Amino acid sequence: MSTILESIFSASFLFSVIRITTPLMFGAMGALICKQGGVLHIAFEASMLFAAFFGVAASALTQSLFVGLLAGLLGGIITMLLYGYFTIKLNAAAVLTGIALNTLASGGTVFLMYILCGEKGASNSLPSLVFPSVEIPLLKDIPILGEALSGHNILTYVAFILPIFVYILIFRTPLGLRIRTVGENENAAASVGINVNRIKYITLTIGGAITALGGIFMSMGYLSWFARDMVAGRGFMAIAAQNLGNASVLPTFLTSIGFGLANALAVTLQTLSLPAEIFQALPYVITLIGLAVYSSSMGKKERLISTQGRKKRRASKVN
Amino acid sequence: MEKNILVMENIRKVYSNGFIANENVTLAVDEGEIHALVGENGAGKSTLMKVLFGVEKPEDGRILLHGKEVQIDNPNVAIQLGIGMVYQHFMLVPSLTVAENLIIGMEPRKGRIFYDGHKAVELAMETAKKYNFDIDPKAPVSTLSVGQKQKVEILKVLIRGARIIILDEPTAVLTPQETRELFIELKGLKQQGYTIIFISHKLNEVTELCDRVTVMRAGKSVCVRNICDVSEADISRMMVGRDVILEIDKAPKHVQEVVLDVKGITKYLNQDKKILDDVSFRVRRGEILGVAGVEGNGQKEISEIITGLDRNFVGEAYVCHPPKNVRDCTVRELRESGVAHISEDRMTYGIVGDGSISDNIIADRYYKPEFQKHHLLDFQKIHTLSDELIKEYKVKCDGRDQPIRMLSGGNMQKVVTAREFTANASLIVANQPTRGIDIGASDFIRRRLVQLRTEGAGVLLISADLNEVLEVSDSLMVMHNGRIAAYFENAKSVSEDELGEYMLGVKHMSDEEIQEAMYRA
Amino acid sequence: MHKATTKKLRTPKEIEKMFNTIRVLLAVVIAMLFAFMVILMISDDPGTAMYSFVVGPFTTLRRFGETISKMIPLLFTGAAVCFIFSANQTNMAVEGGFTVGALGATIVAVYCDIGNSVPHIALCCLLGGIFGMLACFVPAYMYVRFNSKPIVSSLMMNYVCMYIAIGLINHAMRDNTAGFSASYKFAETAMLPVIVPGTPIHFGLILSIIVIVFSYFYLYRSKSGYEIRIIGQNSEFARYCGMPVKATIMKAQLIGGFLAGVGGAVEVLGMYTRFQYSSNTNLGFDGIMVGIMAAYNPKLVPIAAFFYAYIKEGAAILARSSDIPIELVNIIQAIIMMLVVAERFFYKRKHIMMVRAAEQQLMAQNAQETEAAKA
Repeated sequence: MSTILESIFSASFLFSVIRITTPLMFGAMGALICKQGGVLHIAFEASMLFAAFFGVAASALTQSLFVGLLAGLLGGIITMLLYGYFTIKLNAAAVLTGIALNTLASGGTVFLMYILCGEKGASNSLPSLVFPSVEIPLLKDIPILGEALSGHNILTYVAFILPIFVYILIFRTPLGLRIRTVGENENAAASVGINVNRIKYITLTIGGAITALGGIFMSMGYLSWFARDMVAGRGFMAIAAQNLGNASVLPTFLTSIGFGLANALAVTLQTLSLPAEIFQALPYVITLIGLAVYSSSMGKKERLISTQGRKKRRASKVN
Repeated sequence: MEKNILVMENIRKVYSNGFIANENVTLAVDEGEIHALVGENGAGKSTLMKVLFGVEKPEDGRILLHGKEVQIDNPNVAIQLGIGMVYQHFMLVPSLTVAENLIIGMEPRKGRIFYDGHKAVELAMETAKKYNFDIDPKAPVSTLSVGQKQKVEILKVLIRGARIIILDEPTAVLTPQETRELFIELKGLKQQGYTIIFISHKLNEVTELCDRVTVMRAGKSVCVRNICDVSEADISRMMVGRDVILEIDKAPKHVQEVVLDVKGITKYLNQDKKILDDVSFRVRRGEILGVAGVEGNGQKEISEIITGLDRNFVGEAYVCHPPKNVRDCTVRELRESGVAHISEDRMTYGIVGDGSISDNIIADRYYKPEFQKHHLLDFQKIHTLSDELIKEYKVKCDGRDQPIRMLSGGNMQKVVTAREFTANASLIVANQPTRGIDIGASDFIRRRLVQLRTEGAGVLLISADLNEVLEVSDSLMVMHNGRIAAYFENAKSVSEDELGEYMLGVKHMSDEEIQEAMYRA
Repeated sequence: MHKATTKKLRTPKEIEKMFNTIRVLLAVVIAMLFAFMVILMISDDPGTAMYSFVVGPFTTLRRFGETISKMIPLLFTGAAVCFIFSANQTNMAVEGGFTVGALGATIVAVYCDIGNSVPHIALCCLLGGIFGMLACFVPAYMYVRFNSKPIVSSLMMNYVCMYIAIGLINHAMRDNTAGFSASYKFAETAMLPVIVPGTPIHFGLILSIIVIVFSYFYLYRSKSGYEIRIIGQNSEFARYCGMPVKATIMKAQLIGGFLAGVGGAVEVLGMYTRFQYSSNTNLGFDGIMVGIMAAYNPKLVPIAAFFYAYIKEGAAILARSSDIPIELVNIIQAIIMMLVVAERFFYKRKHIMMVRAAEQQLMAQNAQETEAAKA
């Protein structure tokens, strides 16, 4: 037992929490922006997967990190714009379009990987470039803390600074104001002359780019290759983190870390005799419980308002 | 003499389904006046304003602003021309603050990228002060009362530089206190030279607030008057004049036991406003009780409470004989004990659009033993019934399996009535049964209602169509502001002018008078 | 003569029906054309490749049998989706329900030695069905009770189901002699017999046909099915008519979950000798695609399921005989699905025809009226 505690309270554990949180953070922030703009969907899985794949493929073929980044971003963005085109322009059912895109990504990336390098499991023969890790001067010399916080991939630092930018974008810029307006009341936006569909596409583009970074981190940061279905539900988990965070930046930031923590626990505890599956399932179970609690608290609020009138009436009747 | 700031000339608007909403309508508004636009539901006021605001394109006619002809193709053009519209349903973003709601689409910027929240608040504060509006720019709109939200809407229009402000039934959702406050603000705006077009049903408000009034009736502008020259009664007479008198032969009524007994029902719209206020009445078998009134005065709520769709109310209602408390019954139990219901919201509560005509006809009886055979639905019987009813109710269609959404409104409503009228109900609640449908179908449905009443059903007929309530009903009740404003034992004894005065709140019977009339017989 | 002209007219109803069919067919054609294009582009021998893709599944009995056996689980999940989606619930826990259904069957098949095939298999299917039902119950309950939409919760449930199944197999039922992560062998009596020798077609086919027939009669011929469909189309109207809305929504999802679970049970008992999945099978999501193509009508599910199984088998043959990976199937699947659900895809043509029909009808009416007036 003490070895578990030791491993949990170690710097390397904290390090792994931060690492594991990274893709979730990107996904959750992307989901947050989409939610604010009223275009939340379930194709985040697809967006991350395409980004991860195209990033690796482009960087391996051109041996340029920048081109890899660009291709990854494009992969993520185009997935979301495709979703937007089908649901906005062609009036397609949102959930089903999302499922279709996820299927497309899951099969499409493996298909392309096989065409490119003849492998179906992982793209080992495609030598992708990797985003560098960064040692932070001064911080790295602090014991324990330095060990945990320094030496991460550069994208990890991006992920943890990202919420600030997202906050500024959504709450401190004219565009953010318009995104929120469209998300909450399309008619209000249209009544003051805002082009609603344009804002939706912009929202999807920004959300797609951020989400794509999550995929890129997985294949070009943490790993240096693409593996089939490597996103493994992180897109869904990101949606759930955003959902539990009620589409606010700080709570979503925290729930993302919470999910990262649960996942890291699962990895650490795998070494024990306890079944790892329990811990692997933990994030999903927590999400389920969180959703139930969150929804029921929303319901209570509504009921409270509707019964208030009645109580008042009763009181006045007594008088 | 002031100069006309705005003239709408000979406006004609025909909707794509052939409905003529405006015919040769003329509206002339002077600079700096509050001009009332009054008319019954469906008289064409909203359409006219939509034309002015660029939401609808007129087939004919022209708009002159400051004497110059203008082309208003969309709301943006209207806004640029200094015309602002305050919708009845607020166009606000609840989670944003007042200031943010005011400046969406024209955000002040700090540097190049950032939106300047301080400047927005300053701007909002400045505007509010200028027009003497008391409001906190930093408060989120979701925390505001309805009256305050409306202020935000008006400010939103002002901040965009509007000189002509259209208010579409602004007092419909306000409490009396809020209404008073609104009037003070509107008068303030008038003093500052703004022109206001005020759409309303409430004539006391019109006479209190406005300078002139244009009356519309059945898509036409009837007349323009100075308020000081006319009384409320005059206006009401001009509004509700009947063009066509419809006549339905009725056998004398033959009342039996009580099938609807409503006792002191009150319902809150929100924390401050009651949509129903201590309403009591009864309906007996063999009679039609008409409920007249401008829409939104509590009629819809009454019908939903009686039929079990809405349980959030105070007071009691009993239906059928022997009496059943609606609060204790499910919708199915109510229907089984003999309540039929035609809802005013046909597309939600009348039909299932993707379902076939047959699906729609059996929706209330599909589970009954007579339609079961070997644990499955007996389609032979269902088809026979559907075909019979389609024929009997003269539904124009390609057959019983056509999706009902492909039918015209009138034919959809015929299917609804075919279902509800054949349910062997002892109480029929018919809410706006003929709204928006063609004359033939309307006439058919009205005659059916009378026939069912003669055969012994009790009918509660809620309608904003005066022709209909006057002609079809036996007794008549008028709703105003969630209360019963008047009750007439004999619907034939009421003149339309009188009815109009009660509907529009010019007159109000005392509780004793109502009680007396209601329970005399 | 007059009658002849009116007969030619298509009513709006017919046009709509026609276009719904055309849209599905067009989606299929576009997806297949895309597949051919891909084959042309990357295959060294496109002729052979195309042949094995299109004709392959019919060339031998074995291959045709493979196609049919691939169709069996799709019939179950497709039927399950018909129930759930007819009630307008996007509960995707059929995916997880399928997995835990297989788990339930495994438990009975491994541990209950009954000695007689019929009750053993029945018990396997029953427990599998109950497990599948539970998987769908969680999101359904969360919606009915807490008003939490089933989209995210059902996706989460799929992962929970997957980890429960794999966890139990790995830690409680793992056969270390198997050489890979799998359960103990099923008892002989639990395994579904092959019914067409020389093919993998097993007894599950008969069960699946029964399920399809049951689903059709339940959804389209019974009062409960009528309730499900009406509630799915307009739940407020259903409430107005006095239908038990929440209970029915729940019922539809429980039946759907049960069918998905039985599907999982039948699949492992018919195709394998142990539980050997290492993750979710995606057969639930395939079922969603089948359901959509069938417009949630169980009558059409066999067609959609067969088509999809055929594509899968064709791609499998293609993958074996050439350099084109089997994941081509997923791409075809995604294209079809997106085009089928895109309401406005191919909309203009339909709109034009609708308008023309309306005009013709009007003209015919006028003609009739003038004729009547003459007479």
